[in-house]
Amino acid sequence: MGDAGTTHRTAVSYIDRTREYYAAQGYERPYRWARHDEVPFTPLPKPLSDCRLAVVTTASPWRDEMPRDGVLRGDKAVWSGPSTDPPTRLFTDDLAWDKEATHTEDVESFVPLRHLAEFAEAGRIGSLAPHFHGVPTDYSQRTTCEQDAPEILKRCREDAVEAALLVPL
Amino acid sequence: MSLVARHLESNGIATVVVGSARDIVETCGVPRFLFSDFPLGNPCGRPYDRALQHRIVDLALDLLANATQPRTTVQTPFRWSDDESWKDRYARVDTAEAERLRAQGEARRRRQRAAKQTAVD
Repeated sequence: MGDAGTTHRTAVSYIDRTREYYAAQGYERPYRWARHDEVPFTPLPKPLSDCRLAVVTTASPWRDEMPRDGVLRGDKAVWSGPSTDPPTRLFTDDLAWDKEATHTEDVESFVPLRHLAEFAEAGRIGSLAPHFHGVPTDYSQRTTCEQDAPEILKRCREDAVEAALLVPL
Repeated sequence: MSLVARHLESNGIATVVVGSARDIVETCGVPRFLFSDFPLGNPCGRPYDRALQHRIVDLALDLLANATQPRTTVQTPFRWSDDESWKDRYARVDTAEAERLRAQGEARRRRQRAAKQTAVD
């Protein structure tokens, strides 16, 4: 490594990689990833030490089932759990992550509720919201935008949060 | 998840995405993004590495508090490991794999067609 320079991007392009992977499986039309020119922005309304924070994950509640073709049977939907009693395991087998390089047995490595509770205790954030939320990674961006994202917003409002930490696998 | 960030932010809730799929998140366009150049799966740090995870969450909080404009990406200074071969391996299609993947895709499409047919019947 060092200063030898490079001829390629150093971060993996997941857009390129998934397109090539599905093309190799014989899918002719590549997935069209969301792309926006305009990006909204809301500054924190008060100091972080006064803000209530929610956590959102793409993982699902634990289940013993193995996904078939990478897809779970039954509908996946927005779900919530108590932040004060963080889950010790979550279901991630149906999601695309690097199953060769790592594992998801340590929930804090992708849903950091205990770390945030410590930050709340230390006064770095005002408080941790009573609930964390899960949102499905849906193939349909329309489902995400019209159904799941509004549901997450509703649940965040019910907990009166000012900010959210979103942690996709 | 980036779409959720945009929706929350449009409705008055400040967000920070903590993740490792840089191109996907930045192409979608989010207000604040804390990027770690890690394999997908542990955006808050290596499993059971409490100190690293704490540091990454701390950086996410900094970003939440300090960003002044949308599309603010901060890259954490951490390396997954000295061995970066995971970057080449993930979902890589090499010639030895090509036939297996094509067969896998075919089988999946057959099952999906059959399931659809059953639903119609």
